[in-house]
Amino acid sequence: MNFMEFFWILQVLIGIGLLISAIVAIRFKNLIMAVIAMAVFSLILSLEFYVLQAPDVAIAEAGVGACLTTAMYLLAIKNTTDEEVIE
Amino acid sequence: MTTTIIKTTTKILTPLILVFGSYIILHGHLTPGGGFQGGAVFASGLALLIVANKYETIKTLFEKVPLSVFESIGALGFLGMACLGFAGYTFFKNVIANSGFPIFGGKTPVGINPGYLNTGGTLSYMNIFVGIKVLAGLTSIVLIFFLIMRRERDEW
Repeated sequence: MNFMEFFWILQVLIGIGLLISAIVAIRFKNLIMAVIAMAVFSLILSLEFYVLQAPDVAIAEAGVGACLTTAMYLLAIKNTTDEEVIE
Repeated sequence: MTTTIIKTTTKILTPLILVFGSYIILHGHLTPGGGFQGGAVFASGLALLIVANKYETIKTLFEKVPLSVFESIGALGFLGMACLGFAGYTFFKNVIANSGFPIFGGKTPVGINPGYLNTGGTLSYMNIFVGIKVLAGLTSIVLIFFLIMRRERDEW
């Protein structure tokens, strides 16, 4: 297997992974699982940036996208209710 | 949110993440990454620490950390390092590089080399100041989310 075959196989796998994690993040009813799926989306996207030779953007995407927004979404979900509260 | 598994994992992972963020900031002029990326990684380690602990612990821990002062130091230090260029010719002129200053002022070798840490001049100081500003800002965002929007019970 030469380099270009490996490159294209990796591209296809990353595309499939991005699609699956995005669909999972939209379709799940459990909000915490959806947020974790979004973190996985960000992580696979940072791998794609690294493969496309932009390690700078990959580090920023992994730090901000996979960790900080996940923490913010988790705190926001923790402090709200997912059902309508009737007073 | 504060189970034993999460606490133990956080205890092991947080020092590693903080050291990696400091590495990215300090090696900003040699390797990929720089002030913003290292500050984001550092702040993500602190966010892990914030999310995985109780309210009272975090409140007593971060009362002593002046995050707004850090942010002001970042912005003012960046502008001050830029104004050092007036000692040379223009704004943002790199006057420290190759000048023999003991910290980040070493002579840059010509040709292919593995990259030496003691070079870069103004660039390294700017990376450090940007890193301080970014880590203070992002940490304060997560901290305000955690401290203001608090629910009375602590479990999920």
